[in-house]
Amino acid sequence: MANMTAVTMRSTLGRVRGLGAARSGLLEWWGQRVTAAALVPLAIWFVVSLLVHLDEGASSVAHWVGRPWNGVLLLALLMALFRHLGLGLKVVIEDYIHAEATKLAALLAMKAVLTLFWIAATVSVLKLAFAG
Amino acid sequence: MPEDARTALMSGLSSDGKPVDRPLSPHLQVYRPQITTVLSIMHRFSGIWLGVGTLFLTWWLVALASGPAPFATVQAFFASIFGKILLFLWTAALMFHFCNGMRHLAWDSGLGFEKPTYHASGWTVIAAATALTVLIFVIGLVAG
Repeated sequence: MANMTAVTMRSTLGRVRGLGAARSGLLEWWGQRVTAAALVPLAIWFVVSLLVHLDEGASSVAHWVGRPWNGVLLLALLMALFRHLGLGLKVVIEDYIHAEATKLAALLAMKAVLTLFWIAATVSVLKLAFAG
Repeated sequence: MPEDARTALMSGLSSDGKPVDRPLSPHLQVYRPQITTVLSIMHRFSGIWLGVGTLFLTWWLVALASGPAPFATVQAFFASIFGKILLFLWTAALMFHFCNGMRHLAWDSGLGFEKPTYHASGWTVIAAATALTVLIFVIGLVAG
């Protein structure tokens, strides 16, 4: 490794144990903010749309979801929402669960549930988009 | 707490060698709730609750893509009293999380850290979230 010779404050033992910054923290912090900013207009659009189409039946709502731009905005909303939620729940789990095994299990379970639900929601929107 | 543990944790010697009680950090249980701390934990709770709502949103979309019968089941659930209570709580949580999230984004930009400002913005968040929640729910009830 080239950087073994670099001047560093970290001990070799600390590096072996994976202590110190993981170097991916900023990406998650930034991702939380970027998804938050994206969700501002998307959430307004979604809530207003829900209120407008609230009294309509299944076929009408399905048709609305199936229109191209509505589908695009819904997919964008789902992407930003599930990413924002995953990052938020990760912080909550890491804050309150300190036993390493339990924490890892909780993080993986959360990630699994969110991933499956995100795919399910995405597939549903795509199905309505391609339904015609 | 056993006396020896208490002594070890909370008693010490001053630089003069006199016995002194160490200062204690304010614990959550005895610390007076303030607008900053209350809104902070509410942001977390509302976020978790909106996470539950996201799963229900997925259920709604999956039902919509599955056909009229499954969608009618979901719509009937949300039209029930229990469903309406859930929708109200998600509306309130979303409006609060949305407004307070703006406050967080402002802080992330380095704005609003003065004490009078973050107190005022906190109360503004509560007022705006309450007004928006009532407004949306009234429109929702009128529309059906």
